Amino acid sequence: MTLAPETTDLKVHLRLTDGWLTVCDLSALLPGRGVAALLPDGEQVALFRDRAGTLYAIDNRDPFGGAAVLSRGLTGSHQGRPFVASPLLKQRFDLESGQCLDDEAVRIRTYEVRAS
Amino acid sequence: MTATGANPTIVLVGHGMVGQRFLEALAERGLTATHRVVVLCEEPRPAYDRVALTSYFSGKTPEDLSVTDMAFIESHGIELYVGDPAETVDREARKVTARSGQIFDYDVLVLATGSYPFVPPVPNKDAEGCFVYRTIEDLLAIEEYAGSRARVGAVVGGGLLGLEAAGALKGLGIESHIVEFAPRLMPVQVDEGGGAALLRTIEEMGLSVHTGVGTQEIVVGEDGAVTGMKLSDGSELATDMVVFSAGVRPRDQLARDCGLTVGERGGITVDEQCRTVSDPNVFAIGECALAADGRVYGLVAPGYEQAETAAATIAADEAEQLSFTGADLSTKLKLLGVDVASFGDAHGTAEDCLDVVYSDSRSGLYKKLVIGRDGTLLGGILVGDAEAYGTLKAFTGSVPPVSPESLVLPAGAGESAQLGPTALPDDAIICSCNNVRKGTIREAVTEHKCTTVPEVKKCTKAGTTCGSCVKVLGQLVNAELEAGGVVVDKGLCACFSQTREELYEIVLALRINTYQDLLDRYGREEARGGDGCEICKPAVGSIIASLAPAIGADVYVLDGEQAALQDTNDHFLANLQKNGSYSVVPRIPGGEITPEGLIVIGEIARDFGLYTKITGGQRIDMFGARVEQLPLIWTRLVDAGFESGHAYGKSLRTVKSCVGQTWCRYGVQDSVRMAIDLELRYRGLRSPHKLKSAVSGCARECAEAQSKDFGVIATTNGWNLYVGGNGGATPRHADLLAQDLSDAELIRLIDRFLMFYIRTADRLERTSTWLERIPGGLDHVRDVVVEDSLGICEELESLMAAHVSHYRDEWADTINDPEKLARFVSFVNAPDTPDPVVGFVPERDQIKPDLPLLSIGLRPAEDVLEGTAQR
Repeated sequence: MTLAPETTDLKVHLRLTDGWLTVCDLSALLPGRGVAALLPDGEQVALFRDRAGTLYAIDNRDPFGGAAVLSRGLTGSHQGRPFVASPLLKQRFDLESGQCLDDEAVRIRTYEVRAS
Repeated sequence: MTATGANPTIVLVGHGMVGQRFLEALAERGLTATHRVVVLCEEPRPAYDRVALTSYFSGKTPEDLSVTDMAFIESHGIELYVGDPAETVDREARKVTARSGQIFDYDVLVLATGSYPFVPPVPNKDAEGCFVYRTIEDLLAIEEYAGSRARVGAVVGGGLLGLEAAGALKGLGIESHIVEFAPRLMPVQVDEGGGAALLRTIEEMGLSVHTGVGTQEIVVGEDGAVTGMKLSDGSELATDMVVFSAGVRPRDQLARDCGLTVGERGGITVDEQCRTVSDPNVFAIGECALAADGRVYGLVAPGYEQAETAAATIAADEAEQLSFTGADLSTKLKLLGVDVASFGDAHGTAEDCLDVVYSDSRSGLYKKLVIGRDGTLLGGILVGDAEAYGTLKAFTGSVPPVSPESLVLPAGAGESAQLGPTALPDDAIICSCNNVRKGTIREAVTEHKCTTVPEVKKCTKAGTTCGSCVKVLGQLVNAELEAGGVVVDKGLCACFSQTREELYEIVLALRINTYQDLLDRYGREEARGGDGCEICKPAVGSIIASLAPAIGADVYVLDGEQAALQDTNDHFLANLQKNGSYSVVPRIPGGEITPEGLIVIGEIARDFGLYTKITGGQRIDMFGARVEQLPLIWTRLVDAGFESGHAYGKSLRTVKSCVGQTWCRYGVQDSVRMAIDLELRYRGLRSPHKLKSAVSGCARECAEAQSKDFGVIATTNGWNLYVGGNGGATPRHADLLAQDLSDAELIRLIDRFLMFYIRTADRLERTSTWLERIPGGLDHVRDVVVEDSLGICEELESLMAAHVSHYRDEWADTINDPEKLARFVSFVNAPDTPDPVVGFVPERDQIKPDLPLLSIGLRPAEDVLEGTAQR
């Protein structure tokens, strides 16, 4: 990777079944904050970037409340694992596995994501 | 055994707190399985918490007050007849006849008939408008009469119940008088000094106290209803109602009628096993019993002890021979918000004993310890601050390890010593209602693995009756956990070991203005360099925002790193609703709005199809805005002169007002102007939790200022400032902080109060819980912000001045910044596409969220329903 100008040209891509979808400029992702993207099939994905620059992508729907708002939650790390807390009722979801940290039975979909 | 050979029968007459405890004691000893148990209860409801009777007026329902678990009654096969008192007892035939005509044979009869209120034999004592204060039914009657027919009320009796009754009348909005025959209030519990401290505090609350006078006659009008009372000093007091609360007498009529021996001044005479001296088959417990030591006990704790004693005797358990030979009369109460406690030999009746007294009538404090010649603590009286009650009471009868003087001096006064409960011996009684010793509480932690106060309460019963020992309980549990190697972590979250207050001090002192800097330097080892969490990010974001001008951070909360710290509401400067849409609340200071302003809001709501509703804070909420509509809506609002109402923030919400002097016939100050001034001064101030305020133009309090974090009520001389009020799930009446302030004094005091709260409160801690939690409570806060005891008032004022001068409207800043506006889209890759999950359907001519849209997801329908039901 080049050191500078670091993010200006980089794009964020999301892996779908039939290839990579370019979503946005990397600069649109603020560390610690998410954005939502619309997929061709109408599904929604929440994209995050942590402090170290790692990208994550999970389903944007909160499985408890049904609203598509996970991209608007606060992120954090717990015992080295990244998570997002839903802004509806604060359940936390592991950003790598999609596992709900407050309810073993619930896991949401994750997506492969890269910047290039 | 009965002639029929069936199970022997125990008949309990009376179902009050002591009666219920007796039933529990029977069940614990297995007697409910071997006996038929019949209970005759006179009141229309089963046993309830009479000690907490007055809490009915602060919102408890009769159901909340119940101490009877119906599942307990049923599972033990107890026959409980409610509203059916015992009328006669035939001891010869061993039969009880109830009012309904039912006749019960008994093998053992237990009388727990309690007591009745003593009403002095004055003319017209039964007139319409005369009440007693004993049962829930009495309270219901008082409430109804006060609401419909009374402006002024008088309570006869200045003892414990009298003060409660007077407080209740005041709470019902009635001018209250207390008439006490003795020369001081609470003559049984406190001495002259304590009475004086109590008198001052109670008069400050607006109650009128008349001591040293008796009631001679109730004066009635032509319709037969009370109009006043004649007092023994020749004066007359005009009043619309009279509540007699001049003590209680044992209810022993049933016993007298069947020939049981009663005392000269009443009370059924019993022996040390609570068995009546006249009949081995009859017991008496509680307030109707004259105990073996010749006294009638009117407190619940001795009654419980008698209930246990009687049950153990009936069980004839050789291993457990209990006897009741007398009880401790120590009491700790919170009367009208004033702590009053007396314990041991409170009046110093022992020979050669000495007093140690600390008295500060300005703050209504009075503390007296009675010490024996050899230094033994014999008893004492505490008024105004009974913090040390639990510890002192447990040390009674022994020589305390520190000097007695140091135990009554207030904290910080040089010699004062805090004797923690950890210094107590294991056999010290911590909960006197349930007779639980310190050793038992320690065992609950060490043996039974309890780790929290609720668990210990459940395990030991300690703290479950009057609750006065719960604080000591908490200290003991923590001390025991710490001794056992369990670290009691007071840290904010998994990222910081500091409390919010400690983080505030670090941020201010070191001028740390980014979250990452704070986390990397002061976070827990394992959290440094990480991403923090959803708890500390907004908490630190709020601290940085509160202190922004002073520490060199940007005052705009969406700037730079700060944007990533904000909860979604702060991030989008609007309130997230259940379907992912937002609501919008423009500021309407003091609730004052022009017709043009109303029209603009109406037009915007109409044009964007928003649902509108008037809020409790006197403004207008518009619901159903999509993320991408927020900037468009706000551009129009800002153009029309509106600004952010901060309904989304942990910050000042509104300052409600009544119309005040300008229009109202009763108003004495311009409450609208003051509310607008306050709202504009503190708008945008980030705090540990939301802040609400109100200004009322007169004592009628139409703006409900006493339910606010800071509330202002006009007086003819200026303003009274109340703090720490709250509505919501745990309502709290605000406390009076200062009286008759000028405009400038009022604002200066609120500046200090708010900044001190922001500095020392925990995350998400409202002013009400903060005031209850911080050591010293309201008195400490008053010392700091009024007397400047910590010497920080200048700093508090300058921090507030910096906030006021740097305030900028967040929405005006946002709509003028294209980069910030770019965030207001539903999809980063499709900025013009609205979120398809956000949809609406009509209801009552407006919109509401289309909920079925929310349930079409990846999960099967029943999963979603289940998830919804869990909320």
